[in-house]
Amino acid sequence: MTPTCRAARTLSRTPPNPYGKDALVATSVRATSDGSPPSSRPAPSTSRRGDPGAPGGWRTRLYRFDTKASPYAYIAPFFLVFAAFGLFPLIYTGWLSLHNVQLGESGSGSWVGFDNYTNLWDNQFFWKALRNTFTLGVISTVPQLLMALGLAHLLNFKLRGRGFFRVAILAPYATSIAAAALVFVQLFNPDYGMINQLLGHFGVDGIRWDSSKWPAQIAISSIVTWRWTGYNALIYLAAMQAVPADLYEAAALDGASRWRQFISVTIPSIRPTIFFTIIVSTIGATQLFGEPLIYGGGVGPTGGTDHQYQTLSLYMYDKGWQVGQLGQASAVAWVMLLILLLIGAVQLLFVRSNRRKLGG
Amino acid sequence: MRTSGRTRKAAVIAVAGLATCATLITGCSSSDNNGSKGGKSSSSEQITLHIGDFNEFGYNDKTGAKLFSEYEALHPNIKIVEDNVTDGQQYWDSLKLHLQQNSGLDDIQAIEVGYIAEAIQPALASKFLDFKTVKGFSADDWVSYKEKQATTASGQVIGVGTDIGPTAICYRSDFFKQAGLPTDPDQVAALWNGDWSKFVQVGEQFKAKAPSGVAFTDSAGGLFNAVLSSQPTQYSDQDGKLVYDSSPGVKTAWDLSAQAVKEGLTAKLQQFDSNNTWSAAFKTGKFATVACPSWMVGLVQTNSGPANKGKWDIAQPPQAGNWGGSFLAVTKASKHPAEAAALAQWLTGAAQEVKIFQKFGNIPSNKGGLSDPAVQNTTNDYFGAPGKPAPTGKIFATTAQSIQPAPIGPDDGTVKDIITKNGLLDMEQRGTSADKAWSNVKAQVKDKIGE
Repeated sequence: MTPTCRAARTLSRTPPNPYGKDALVATSVRATSDGSPPSSRPAPSTSRRGDPGAPGGWRTRLYRFDTKASPYAYIAPFFLVFAAFGLFPLIYTGWLSLHNVQLGESGSGSWVGFDNYTNLWDNQFFWKALRNTFTLGVISTVPQLLMALGLAHLLNFKLRGRGFFRVAILAPYATSIAAAALVFVQLFNPDYGMINQLLGHFGVDGIRWDSSKWPAQIAISSIVTWRWTGYNALIYLAAMQAVPADLYEAAALDGASRWRQFISVTIPSIRPTIFFTIIVSTIGATQLFGEPLIYGGGVGPTGGTDHQYQTLSLYMYDKGWQVGQLGQASAVAWVMLLILLLIGAVQLLFVRSNRRKLGG
Repeated sequence: MRTSGRTRKAAVIAVAGLATCATLITGCSSSDNNGSKGGKSSSSEQITLHIGDFNEFGYNDKTGAKLFSEYEALHPNIKIVEDNVTDGQQYWDSLKLHLQQNSGLDDIQAIEVGYIAEAIQPALASKFLDFKTVKGFSADDWVSYKEKQATTASGQVIGVGTDIGPTAICYRSDFFKQAGLPTDPDQVAALWNGDWSKFVQVGEQFKAKAPSGVAFTDSAGGLFNAVLSSQPTQYSDQDGKLVYDSSPGVKTAWDLSAQAVKEGLTAKLQQFDSNNTWSAAFKTGKFATVACPSWMVGLVQTNSGPANKGKWDIAQPPQAGNWGGSFLAVTKASKHPAEAAALAQWLTGAAQEVKIFQKFGNIPSNKGGLSDPAVQNTTNDYFGAPGKPAPTGKIFATTAQSIQPAPIGPDDGTVKDIITKNGLLDMEQRGTSADKAWSNVKAQVKDKIGE
């Protein structure tokens, strides 16, 4: 079989989901290690039918109890922690969102039904925050993922000091949001910041990065992009390294250029990883909080003097902790969850249809 | 055999785990109790009093007036521990939660004047000791409006006054000279005496001949706060109900600030912004005046730096107003309420407040402290012409005497934030018209408070 032919075959049956194989492996491993308890199950049942007072009776029962209950005990810590810090807050927030509850007020608040939600529907600041969250999400996620793809592609080549570059691109991710945001605040300062000084050389003067809507949103999204590009690039790089080298060899023999290889071999091969990063970045963008808060300084919680860059998270924080309307803040939290689920569902449908297309 | 062995081992581990948990839990709660154990204490029993405050109250030994060790020397059985939180907003937010949960409270808790109206609402006030039940308490010891602010509708007094913030005007005499205005504090004060609108008129004169790049005043928000602090009606009426949109005081302050913005008299800065643009502008000389509550004097000094010494001066304000100050309250959760109340009273006594003033410049709210020669004769040589240091003590003490109390309400702080940050700053930075900015303010107040 010529390499070209093999590559073509592999290309045509690009696995619908490369995780599928891993998952299978994992299951089979678990099955073998778990194999013994099911096979020994008949033993206790026979002894139960026998004399219960026999000396071996309690021991068998204990054994049965051990095999039945122990697994639950082993997984219990996770579920207990999840119940305390995941499920309970979720349900409690839902309960709060149906009540009028003030921060710092004792008592359980009064039942208001879906008022908190209908109030959001009529609230201009909520819609503004929703729009800002969307625009900030788009202008931070799209360039970030595209740049990450490019970076990963470059790092995938054999180049000198590859290890250094790989660590270097992850450095922003290791920086705290506060530190990064404060540095960007200085860079984007309209009066003495470096960006405006540089732009001044090109005849662009006095951009109000702090108060004009789009400049401020661009500045904030640049913090996000700076922090997360390297992280995503590393994920892409890991996926790219799993792409068999012979695919590239075959493509090269077919006369495909580097660009063509990137488009036709790399991208399709790491498509599941791309979907993964899109989902994670979307979740991150929807919850965008620290960057605009710190970037805004004194007007952080309201996201600028005119709410120019107030995200949903900031709006929720403002409602809950600055104003003390826990009920309304909880309603915002639930709306955010629903929006995320909606986006997740749309993405899932997209992935499915994509897979079907590839499969068919 | 193997299985049961494993079970036993698991049981041992589980028991050990439980024991550890139990130790942790009891360990926690017992250490919690240690702080103020003892229940009813006799005067000879060793007790510890916790005092919670924020920012800098000037009591401690390290940087303050060493009042704690002085009190401990007077009362050998009492030990004082200060729990200090730097950020005032953060301090109040967590104090509110502690009050609600009735846990984690100190014997004495400081409350800033911006939050006192919230603290005297029934839900929170019920957690504090009534000073009227304390021996030796007389509300008349403090300037008239101080204790009124800490009195609930039912007459309970929840706190004793620490400092107040009489407001003067700090100005750059060098810039005034360049703009052809007088530089002597008395002559400057005469320019705007009696009316804030004259202050804005002086701003117009200043602008006509101002050195380039120098605005008349630092921020519309600062001007707004200063004007409003001198008004008899502010955000709320006598019952604490929010009336900001019909209050003549708010209208006066808003109109004057909006006029100042429109005429370009402000440097478009935000006071206390975390990006430090405002504090940096002191050093670079971006504005000629700043409304100066007594606690602002130190900030002007540190922000401007030694290089600008002698360029600043202080003049009497157009109208006297109060901006800032705090209270000490005793919580009902305290195990030693009598001792805690005695300490709070001692800390806010005339002699002690004078000591803090000498160390820190906080103006005493105690009448005896305010009229003390040590306060009256204090001068500050960072301000004023060479050889003629500014008589800060006299200026602030005089202003403090003529302050008219205004009713306050629990939502004042929120409205103030919206007006200064989302209203005036938006006008300054984005050129929003005054009418539009005001309707924005109203929409946001409605969104946040629901009125």
